[in-house]
Amino acid sequence: MKLVRHGLRLAWRAMLRIKHSPEQLLDLSLSPIMFVTLFVFLFGTAVAGNWHAYLQFVLPGVAVQSLLFASMGTAVGLNTDLRSGIFDRFRSLPIARTAPLLGHVLGDFFRYLVTLVVVLGYGFVLGFRLRGSVLAVLAAIGLMVLFSFAMSWPSSIIGLLAKTPTSVQGYSFLILFPLTFGSNIFVPTAKLPGWLQAWVKVNPVTQLSNAVRGLMLDQPIGATASHALLWSLAIVVVFAPVAGWIYRRII
Amino acid sequence: MLAIQAEGLTKRFGKTTAVDGVALAVRPGTIVGLLGPNGAGKTTVVRMLATLVRPDAGSMRVGGFDAVREPARVRELIGLTGQYAAVDEELTGTENLVLIGRLLELSRREARRRADELLEHFDLTGAARRSVKTYSGGMRRRLDVATSLIGRPRLLFLDEPTTGLDPRSRGDVWRLVRSLVADGVTVLLTTQYLDEADELAAEIAVMDHGRVIESGSPAALKAKVGGQTLEVRPADLADFAGTATIVEAVLGAAQIDLERGLVAAPVTGAGAATMADVARRLDGAGIAVSELGLRLASLDEVFLALTGVAR
Repeated sequence: MKLVRHGLRLAWRAMLRIKHSPEQLLDLSLSPIMFVTLFVFLFGTAVAGNWHAYLQFVLPGVAVQSLLFASMGTAVGLNTDLRSGIFDRFRSLPIARTAPLLGHVLGDFFRYLVTLVVVLGYGFVLGFRLRGSVLAVLAAIGLMVLFSFAMSWPSSIIGLLAKTPTSVQGYSFLILFPLTFGSNIFVPTAKLPGWLQAWVKVNPVTQLSNAVRGLMLDQPIGATASHALLWSLAIVVVFAPVAGWIYRRII
Repeated sequence: MLAIQAEGLTKRFGKTTAVDGVALAVRPGTIVGLLGPNGAGKTTVVRMLATLVRPDAGSMRVGGFDAVREPARVRELIGLTGQYAAVDEELTGTENLVLIGRLLELSRREARRRADELLEHFDLTGAARRSVKTYSGGMRRRLDVATSLIGRPRLLFLDEPTTGLDPRSRGDVWRLVRSLVADGVTVLLTTQYLDEADELAAEIAVMDHGRVIESGSPAALKAKVGGQTLEVRPADLADFAGTATIVEAVLGAAQIDLERGLVAAPVTGAGAATMADVARRLDGAGIAVSELGLRLASLDEVFLALTGVAR
């Protein structure tokens, strides 16, 4: 209880930081806009025949991808804090030991929401239309946010272990690229070469983007939503304790 | 009961022994100064006592609690101001203080009130709503110390609180430390300056290579390291010899430092009277001086005197 309360109070710090330097959000919003533009207009016609059809297909996936990139922000923020004196202060206070770690993870929720609004808003301007019910769309958003939250735990491990914020970026990309590009976010699985299909099929991001796409476009989702949910839980169950353990070891 | 009692504190990082069997005893309501150069192990001692680092050997009780077995109890009693300002640069002064206040379980309103109170006390009210990255070094330091006082700690650790500060801010920190001790707070501070330890501390422990090589009252330490030095800088280089003769006549010795344009001599006994005597004689001889003063031994001189080895 104490852990959660202190974690939330530390997460409030992330809000304040955004309030003082809103340009952080600009950074966060520009990359999804770039991705949408790039994929829709550059590859859209090649993949789907016309870009309007491709926009419907790709936008839910780009939302997933953008959120995953945002979840890697946890690593950078954590790493920056570790290299400054502020963690010493937190640790000299009578608060739960891992509260600062939790604070970082929780503090990123707001960034996720901003990212989502930007992606969906820009997609809407280009002509993307939600076909699913309000409940289904909310479920899609919930799944994405949950998965990003789960991914911010492995991300925080990178943040704890990397020597500098710059190397954090490098490691993050090593994880993000196979997860996002090696999925069916951009190209339907059936169009991929066999060896790649094998990876794409086991990639949790594929399950997630299938579920999100299905929920947003009112298409059948099969078991993908429950798979995505299970993956999220599994990632938290495995990586949150590991992050906590590393945190207590190195701090 | 002692506020801090440590015995045989040892910490190794890889093959280097950063702290090697340090013992400390700090009485409540006093200031103890850890004096030593960079890399002497002062910071590691403070970090161990503040429960940030576990010692490899030795025992320590802080505020009556075993700092290894009951770190949570110790954290309720202490405040820590590390060497690097531990505040969030992006946040304002008020927000930094409120954040820590909230973590210390103050209500929103209490945290706010305590923040205002401390900002006022530290002369930061005018900058309260500004982001910390716009603060000067001295202001940052003051905010940092203010932050460590939110929980009204009974024991305060200050790791080189004045390093990098201008003389005025330095004086501010000194006044602050004294007023805290007047309120019953115990302070352990580290410093590289003998004058700072002399100014503030009731007890000084001199550290070198992870060990305490000397400890005692400032008076005892000064007696050992030669106390004060008189320095005279004649306005005209032509008066150098004349100045040296007068200093030697009064103090029995005079070292000439041509490079810095100084005549210096160790002072034993009453410094002020000796200085007045020298001034009178220089005046009588018609020698104008651009500088005349007493200073305490530098850290280098302390070490030379204590270890016989120049650093």
